[in-house]
Formats: sequence, structure tokens, C-alpha cells
Amino acid sequence: MLEQQLVNALSLGSVYALFALGFTLIFGVLGVINLSHGAVFMLGAYAALQAVLKLHMPLWAALIAALLFSGVVGMLIDVLVLRPLRKRNAPHLIPMIATIGIGIFFNSAVQGLFSADNQRFPSDLLPDQQVYFWGVQVSVLEIAIIVLSFALMGALFFVMNRTQIGRALRAIAESPKAAALLGINVEGLFLLTSFTAAALGGVAGVLIALYSNAVFPLMGQPILHKGIAVIILGGMGDIRGALVGAMFLGFAEVLSVAYIGSTMRDAVGFGLLFLVLLLRPQGLFGKVLERKA
Amino acid sequence: MESFDNFWAIYSNLVLTIGINGLLALSIYLTLSCGLLAMANAAFMGIGAYTASLLIMNAGAPFGVALLGGMAAPTLVALVIGAPTLRLSGVYLAMATLGFGEVVRVAILNAESWTGGALGLNGIPQSTQWWHVVGALVLVLLVLWRLRRSRIGRAFEAIKEDGVAASLMGIGVLSHKMLAFALGAAIAGLAGALNAHLTFFIGPSEFGFDRGVDILTMAILGGTGGLTGPVLGAAIITLLPELLRSLKDFRTMVNGIILVVIVLFLPRGLWDPLRFRQWWARRKAVGASGEKR
Repeated sequence: MLEQQLVNALSLGSVYALFALGFTLIFGVLGVINLSHGAVFMLGAYAALQAVLKLHMPLWAALIAALLFSGVVGMLIDVLVLRPLRKRNAPHLIPMIATIGIGIFFNSAVQGLFSADNQRFPSDLLPDQQVYFWGVQVSVLEIAIIVLSFALMGALFFVMNRTQIGRALRAIAESPKAAALLGINVEGLFLLTSFTAAALGGVAGVLIALYSNAVFPLMGQPILHKGIAVIILGGMGDIRGALVGAMFLGFAEVLSVAYIGSTMRDAVGFGLLFLVLLLRPQGLFGKVLERKA
Repeated sequence: MESFDNFWAIYSNLVLTIGINGLLALSIYLTLSCGLLAMANAAFMGIGAYTASLLIMNAGAPFGVALLGGMAAPTLVALVIGAPTLRLSGVYLAMATLGFGEVVRVAILNAESWTGGALGLNGIPQSTQWWHVVGALVLVLLVLWRLRRSRIGRAFEAIKEDGVAASLMGIGVLSHKMLAFALGAAIAGLAGALNAHLTFFIGPSEFGFDRGVDILTMAILGGTGGLTGPVLGAAIITLLPELLRSLKDFRTMVNGIILVVIVLFLPRGLWDPLRFRQWWARRKAVGASGEKR
């Protein structure tokens, strides 16, 4: 049974990681806690659902459509709200509050358009074959989720660590002003970051929607809270930390449901979060940023 | 008098809710005035509400004792978690306190034998009278008003403007932050205790992320430059859903739009004496030049 649970945990953890990576990317590069990321996640799921139901796209095309749609939403958020605030040099708190407003806006707009009811993907669309690895039963869907999540994360790591763009992004994370003086197109990269982060969030939304077969307007809120937990666990703005934190949360949740009881699902994850807050509030990988005079 | 009785019979709950929300907005104003973006007020409110209700329902304590307990418990919790988390600055503190809020929600959810878990506590005696709310609001306003003009209030302002400079002036930064955090927790706890005995039902979902966001919205909407703003913001946010009934499902969308618009165009909130004075001066100037012609 343990192996079975580990596979479940891995697929859950990899979706959390996908979500948290977008979250932490925005935080690391733009310096904004993007509390609309949960709503973007939900929009991704709805976009894929509409693509399947209304446009009769196959699942892979719907996934790409959702990725592009949520990415564009992320860019719009940056252009329409975050950029004016940057121009004004608003203190950190201000963009975060703006993203809260954006999240409320999307959540209730979707609720008004599609009602608060739970919607499902058509059942014949989902692959339901099972594969056996060393006696462990794994569904094709779970394999697809794990592979896709790790492929996207791998691509992100490669870009961040091995390419000129990644180097520029890390420079911006240190200091946008200095990066601009070095001739880096800071605004352009902010836009690219917003697109990438939102696209990752949207894909995570589709994957969770497929995994639990449920799409509803407030589906982004619980995962937003988990995303917050993940990036506190891992250290804020740290990509490695987000991955480790997400896996940790996925495993803690699945194993506590399996061995302690389903009511303890969130208690274990957030109990751990509380400990981290008390003992190491900067997270497992994070540094406390202190201004030196 | 009869028309007033009718009005009171229908709207007394709404009016008292404005007062309670005013207290909540003032509780976050206090931490903001010290430059702390702490988002734990909803959690402190919940701790206060549960402590007060349990004191009355299980221990048979009188209402006054329950209110005091509802203020003391969150203050103690604030002192415990304040020591590690208040070292964090800016958005890091916001994240940590958001995480703490989730921890409290999950803890309430899982301490079923005490708190009734997800079902909440039902049948709390309706002991809150209008003069309790008015008295609490007046008392808190008075205390905060005195505090603003005292040495401590000026220290808060200095810390908000520049923590390093304030510490070089000999201000104990951490102890002042702790004071603001704990006092804010006490006010939020008081509001929670009063609210629980007004609505006679409390559940864990009431004190989650959404409530925290609501509290912040009230303060930011009204303006955090003084004591009038938060109370004004609380009144508007409480009345808004009543005024927007005709919009049905899209009702909360307006809240989101308001939040974004305020942040983008009125960063100091609605109640901004400085802006009023500027308008006044401009009008006078226009009037004067008109006379010359």
C-alpha cells in the first residue's frame, strides 16, 4: 500500500509544485505576493473546460489553450495593474492588495458567468487505463500529470540557470534598477515572467481539475493557501525551495490521510508550517533580508 | 419613534456589524501604523470569538469575563508568535501571518471536541447589546487617539518611516512592534467576542483568508492615515452588499473592482485630510483669481 500512496503523493506534490513555482517566480522577480494566482489557476481550468465543451478540442489542445489563456491573463494583470504601481514606486503592500482585488474580481465574475456549481470534464475524455509498475497500480492520468509537471519544471530550471534570460531574471531579482542600468529590458522580462508564472498556474489548474474531476469558481482558494504554505516552507522567492516545499506538502497530506485520518490532512501540513514559522520564519532555504543602513 | 423602532428591528444587526467591523479595521490600522503588514487579524478575531464563547458556554462565565478572556487569549498568542515573526519585514511578514491564519483555521477545524470542528459552535447566547458595541468602539478610538499623540505613537510612526533610523534614535523597534501587534490582536479578539454573541453562531471558515482580506480592504479603502478612515471603510464595506443586492452573483465583483481602483487611483484611501486640504486650497485659489478678473 505504501508504494500506492507514494505515487499519489508524487502526483499531488508535482501539481502543487507547478502552482507554487509560478507563485514564487512572481515573488522572486517582481517582488509581489500575487494573491490572484489562485484565481488564475481557476481560470486555466475553466478555459480548458470551455475549450473541450464549446470548441470540442482534444484534451492536449485544450491544455495548450488554457496555458496561453492564463498566460495572457497574467500579462494583462501586469500591464493594467502592476506596472502602473511600479511606475509610482508603491510600497510592497500595495500591489499585494491590488492582486487580492483582482482575485475577488475573477472569482465572482466566473461565479456569475458559470454559476457556483461544480462542473466536470466529459467522462469519455479522461484516460482511465491503469498501468502496473512493480505491482503498483498507476493511472495514465497520474503518469501524465507527473511527467508534464516535471517537464515544465525542468524547462523552467534550465531557463533560469543556463540561459541568458535566466541570468537577466536573476539580476532583476537582485535589483531591478541595477539590471536596467546594465541594459536589461526589465519591463519586457517582467511581462515574460508574468506570462510564464500565470501559464504554469493555469496548467496546474487544468491538472487538478482532471485529477479530482471538479471545476468550480472557488477552486483556486485552497490551493492559494497551500501555495503560501509551500513558499513559506521552502523559503520565499526560492525556486528550489518551492519544489521541495510542494513535494513535502504533497507527501505530508497523502500520508496523513492514509495513516492518521482524513481530518488530519491539512493539520499535518499546516502544523508543520507553524513550526517552521516559529523556528525558521524565513523558510528552509530562505535568507532573512535585512537592510544594512 | 415608531419608525425608528421599525428601522432598528430590521437593521440593528447591520448597524452593530458596522461597529464590529470598525473595531477590526482599527485593529489592522494599528499594526499598519507601525509599518507592519500583519494579516493575522482574522485569526485573532477567531481566537477571541472561540475563547469568549467557550468561557460562557462551558465555564458559565459572565459576559464581561468572557470579553476579557476574548481579548487576553489572542494577545497571548500574539506575544508567542510575534517574537519570531516580527523580525521579518514587509511582504515576508504578510506571508508568515497569512500562514499563521491558516494554521489557526485548521487548528479550530481539528479541535472538534472543543470547537465543534467544521460544524462550528451553535447557540451562543445573544448577550451583545448595542451599547456594548458602541462602548467598545468609543473606548478603542479613545485609546488609539491618545496613543497616536503619545511618545509610543510617535515611535510607531518613526518605525514605519524607517526602522533602522528609528533604532538609531534609541527606539526599541522590536518591543514597539510587539506592542502594536499584541494590542491589535486584543482589539481583533474583542471584535470577535462581540460578534460571536451577536450572531450566536461561529464556524472556522468565518475566520479564514477571506475575512482577513475583508479587514484589510476596509482599512485600505477608508485610508490608514488616521482613525476616521478605517471606520469609514468598515461602514462602506459592510453596507455595500446591501446596496448592491440587484447585482446578485456579480455583487462581490464590485468589491474586487473597488479594491483595485482605490489602490491604483487613491492610494491613501477615501479619507485623506491632506487631499481635502489641497482641494480646498485649489478652490480658494481659483476663487481668488476669479475675483481679480
